Amino acid sequence: MVTNVSSIDFSAADADNAVVSRTSRFRRAREFCRQEVLGTLGLVLVVVMALTGLLAELIAPYSPTANDFGAMMEAPSVSHLLGTDQFGRDLLSRIIFGARTAMIVGLTSALVGGIAGLILGVGSAYFGGTIDLIMQRVCDVLMAFPLIIMALAVVAIFGTGVQNVIIAITIPLIPRCARVVRASALSIREIPYVDAARALGYGHLRIILFHMVPNVMAPFLIMVTAFVGQAVLAEASLSYLGLGVQEPVPAWGLMLQGGTEEYATTAPWIAVFPGVAIVLAVLGINLFGDALRDTLDPKLRKR
Amino acid sequence: MHCVDVRAHMGVAAVVRRSTPMASRRLGFTSVLAAAVVALGGATASAETPKRGGILTFMIPADAGPSHDGHRETTFAVVHATAPFYSVLIRVNPDNPSSTTEFRCDLCTEMPKPTDNGLTYTFKIRKGVKFHDGTPLTAHDVAASWNKIVHPAKGVASARQNNFVMVDTITATDDETVVFKLKFATLTFLPALADPYTYIYSKKKLDQDMHWYEKNIMGSGPFKLTDYQVGQSIKGERNPDYYHPGQPYLDGFVGIFAPKQTVRTDAIRADRASLEFRSLPPSARDQLVKELGDKIVVQESDWNCGNVVTPNHKRKPFDDVRVRKALFLAIDQWKGSAALSRIAIIKTVGGIVFPGSPLAATKEELQQLIGYGPDIEKSRAEAKRLLKEAGHENLAFELLNRNVDQPYKIVGTWLVDEWSKVGINATQKVVPTGPWFDGMRSGDFDVALEANCQNVVNPIADVGRWLPNEVYRENYGYFSDPQMVDIYDRMLRETDQAKARVLMRQFEKRINDEAHQLMVTFWYRTIPMRSYVKGWKISPSHYLNQDLANVWLDK
Amino acid sequence: MLHYVIKRVLLVIPTLLGAAALVFVLMRLIPGDVCVMRLGSSGGTFDPKAIALCHAELGMDRPWMIQFIDFVWGCMRLNFGTSMWSGQPVTTEIMARLPISLEIAILATVVAIAIAIPLGTISAVKQNTWVDYVVRVFAVGGIATPSFWLGIMSVLVVLNFTSAVFGKPWMPPIEYVPIWEDPIRNLSMAFLPAVTVGYRYAAVSMRMTRSAMLEVMQEDYIRTARAKGLIRKLIVNRHALKNAMLPVVTLIGIEFAFLIGGLVVTEQVFNLNGVGRLFVQAVQNQDYTLTQALVMLTVMVFVICNLIVDLFYAWLDPRIRYS
Repeated sequence: MVTNVSSIDFSAADADNAVVSRTSRFRRAREFCRQEVLGTLGLVLVVVMALTGLLAELIAPYSPTANDFGAMMEAPSVSHLLGTDQFGRDLLSRIIFGARTAMIVGLTSALVGGIAGLILGVGSAYFGGTIDLIMQRVCDVLMAFPLIIMALAVVAIFGTGVQNVIIAITIPLIPRCARVVRASALSIREIPYVDAARALGYGHLRIILFHMVPNVMAPFLIMVTAFVGQAVLAEASLSYLGLGVQEPVPAWGLMLQGGTEEYATTAPWIAVFPGVAIVLAVLGINLFGDALRDTLDPKLRKR
Repeated sequence: MHCVDVRAHMGVAAVVRRSTPMASRRLGFTSVLAAAVVALGGATASAETPKRGGILTFMIPADAGPSHDGHRETTFAVVHATAPFYSVLIRVNPDNPSSTTEFRCDLCTEMPKPTDNGLTYTFKIRKGVKFHDGTPLTAHDVAASWNKIVHPAKGVASARQNNFVMVDTITATDDETVVFKLKFATLTFLPALADPYTYIYSKKKLDQDMHWYEKNIMGSGPFKLTDYQVGQSIKGERNPDYYHPGQPYLDGFVGIFAPKQTVRTDAIRADRASLEFRSLPPSARDQLVKELGDKIVVQESDWNCGNVVTPNHKRKPFDDVRVRKALFLAIDQWKGSAALSRIAIIKTVGGIVFPGSPLAATKEELQQLIGYGPDIEKSRAEAKRLLKEAGHENLAFELLNRNVDQPYKIVGTWLVDEWSKVGINATQKVVPTGPWFDGMRSGDFDVALEANCQNVVNPIADVGRWLPNEVYRENYGYFSDPQMVDIYDRMLRETDQAKARVLMRQFEKRINDEAHQLMVTFWYRTIPMRSYVKGWKISPSHYLNQDLANVWLDK
Repeated sequence: MLHYVIKRVLLVIPTLLGAAALVFVLMRLIPGDVCVMRLGSSGGTFDPKAIALCHAELGMDRPWMIQFIDFVWGCMRLNFGTSMWSGQPVTTEIMARLPISLEIAILATVVAIAIAIPLGTISAVKQNTWVDYVVRVFAVGGIATPSFWLGIMSVLVVLNFTSAVFGKPWMPPIEYVPIWEDPIRNLSMAFLPAVTVGYRYAAVSMRMTRSAMLEVMQEDYIRTARAKGLIRKLIVNRHALKNAMLPVVTLIGIEFAFLIGGLVVTEQVFNLNGVGRLFVQAVQNQDYTLTQALVMLTVMVFVICNLIVDLFYAWLDPRIRYS
């Protein structure tokens, strides 16, 4: 979501503090865990999800895509801890592999969207003038443009598949990141040492990469963590509209959509468990992101 | 016009003896079904007298169609919304709509016997029928409407022209007589005539503006339009001048457009609506039965719709008949349909003809065909052997599928799994309806999962869609097969049902020997409805029997 | 100031043009078209001549450039053409569905504000206590829950609850009546969707209120007030809240524009005949004129919201005007 620009504006003094030494970073991390209880909880959830996704083949008891017509819609039991879905596939295995899909979709969209937004935002702020005006309009158009058309166009032209869903989800994220990064970068552009660097003859790229980008890291990181959660939810909404990942790929949004629409009362475990997985994952990501922001933004630290 | 014989409820034998001796043996299964339905129909009709009054609220599981003109549109949403306002010439028997052979008069006085070696049908039109604006309905209106359907003027779209290629002329010889002259005699004419979209419009309005009925509704049916809220709902009230005595029983009806299934199921549960007329999946039926017990009644029927696996013959390696055969041999329809019937709107395994029809293959006949064998292990071994012989042991391709859960995506998921059992690595390419069509029409696909939906069960006409692309443009297999076309032409002109059946088996075998396309399970209609809704009987098609004239509410 | 206003308003034009070009091209890149959808959607056969006729009728056989100019010129005269699917004027189609969407949007905003501001303030004032944690989890829950799931579950919960308590399951009415005709029926239809949409809206606003309040409470003048001995409650209500409102109001304004996207899913779930549902239909039917008009409407709302916010900021902070 759009975070208020002014709350993460950096004054010149803080910009200087941005480059910190190694030991004090470690100390800050420890302080973070102690102070931010919720944030640590969030981090734990995220790490669990990441590990589950990475080690899916080792942990999952069954294959996530093998139909088993002898065990359709079974309630949770010893042989199927979370029950089976309408095709007889083990729900626990599908949720485990779903973590991998969520990670892939979430991380890729967030990173690609974030980095593209970073480049756009910083470039836009640095160069200013007409380039800035044009970039701003492009951002406006992409932000205002409804996701469903973009998603439908991508799906209709390129077909479904995880990579195409990622494309559809990434596009709206880019302008959001660009906006926030730009606002932050604008305040740095006027700082004397940037002018000094230019006077010294440093190239544009060097100034951008070594001076401006590090100083917008804080809002950038916050945006990226927010994006991961939004990407997971966007996948769920797209699946509801039929434009997301398709069967038999295990994806939480897809499982949730199928389960909620048809089996919410007759086989509730099909709808509940993927929903719980999504909520926990996004909750974890957001709590961690919040704590990150609280720590990185000096104004919000508790006195 | 024959009546429902109450004696029929005494047993199968009575019905079987009625039919022609030669066909009786084959009609075994169908007659049991027909007898059961007839018996039920007979029994119910005599047990309860319909009550007058009440408003029926039902859901229409789609968004509203683009226009109100039944001649032009093909979506069922138009029929569900507008059929109550119109009359048709003939129709399936509203009290026994599952019969595939009984047709009743709506506007005519009696079912005519064809004269002139089956080339002329003369219909006498009822007297005293009025349109909702008070003007009288005569044979001229009937002829004008039918000419619009069969021989539309330039600039007028008619979606059903191809069903009536056998019709030469339609004329109203006087105020009460309409004569249909055919180019050739065929068994397909009467069932085609009973198409539910063939509304009778006012000639006067059509003369003023051929497109008038696209935006307006004015017929002679059991209900008059009272309100249409764009995209939301349609309402009608009883037509006091309706010509079927006593009907309609309802004071009025409300149809609400609701594409999402959860809305419809919840509405029936909370009694905001009484039912929907297309079909709900088994999960919804189970849920409603569990929650409402005896307040819910479920009617079920085989559906004249099914999914078809169509390999693109123009794309390698599907030009090789061995590869196509392997595709079909891998599929275990018997076990698959039994399992999937618990989660999808499919059930019966059938060939190219609707399972309830006299022309359909029996189970024994089906099991001789590829894709229907009783021993799946043997079939799959054969499939692997064929693939190896053709040099495509590790075949991988994309199945083009439509973006609809029931049953397309479910069937697609099942097929992908079945194919994996012979080493084929298939993936689903699921796209929305527009691109799905476009992919098939442009030939840009490997294998497509299509649907085949017909309305009135008219087997010989219905199987026309299996003909090669050069004859039936919407066959996306893109193959050529003159032998098939020849068998079909003979079947189309055959007037003896037993001989037609023999030709049908040949036709089916030819399609199967060349592995052109495969029918994978017929759909199954499940209609859970509030138990106070009476009079409506389910039929094999969601397009049929929707004028609601004989529906009444027991409350 | 006037110069800034004019400049800012003029900048709206390239955004609108860009959006128009994007929707125009994207829709035409999607394979298939509305004529095929109308004539062949049930799989029957149709005459290719009928398709050609349909294309000619709808002007789809003209070169793209001509169609685009026609579209833009029409927009400028506020004439958005006729829907390719139904043949009705686009304005009629949209106006028939606008009331319910507007109603949900407004109600959701009211719900959001009513929840977000008090809860966000409490959470800020009691930072890092259990009250804060509960509110923050509640807020993040609103952001973490898929909206369609929340919608479907809420109807189910109401059905099960009424069934258990009153013996008869209750569901909001499915037939729409305008609010002036039957306010109770209308509101009972609108309240569940408004709450579903409002929860998410509230969650975002709650977090913003909290962070804005936290920031303001660190400010010097608050510390001065506290040093002067003013009661905490007074400080919060009079000083902090007022000044924190600026970013909060900004966010609410911007998020309102995003509501339309949220309406797409909500209207499907609750079967409301609104603009969001029309959008889905138009896109699925590949109805170019209707989709284009709806996108222009969405973009317009977004652009106006942003414009108002920017002008408001410029009025407040003179430095922005002169940059």
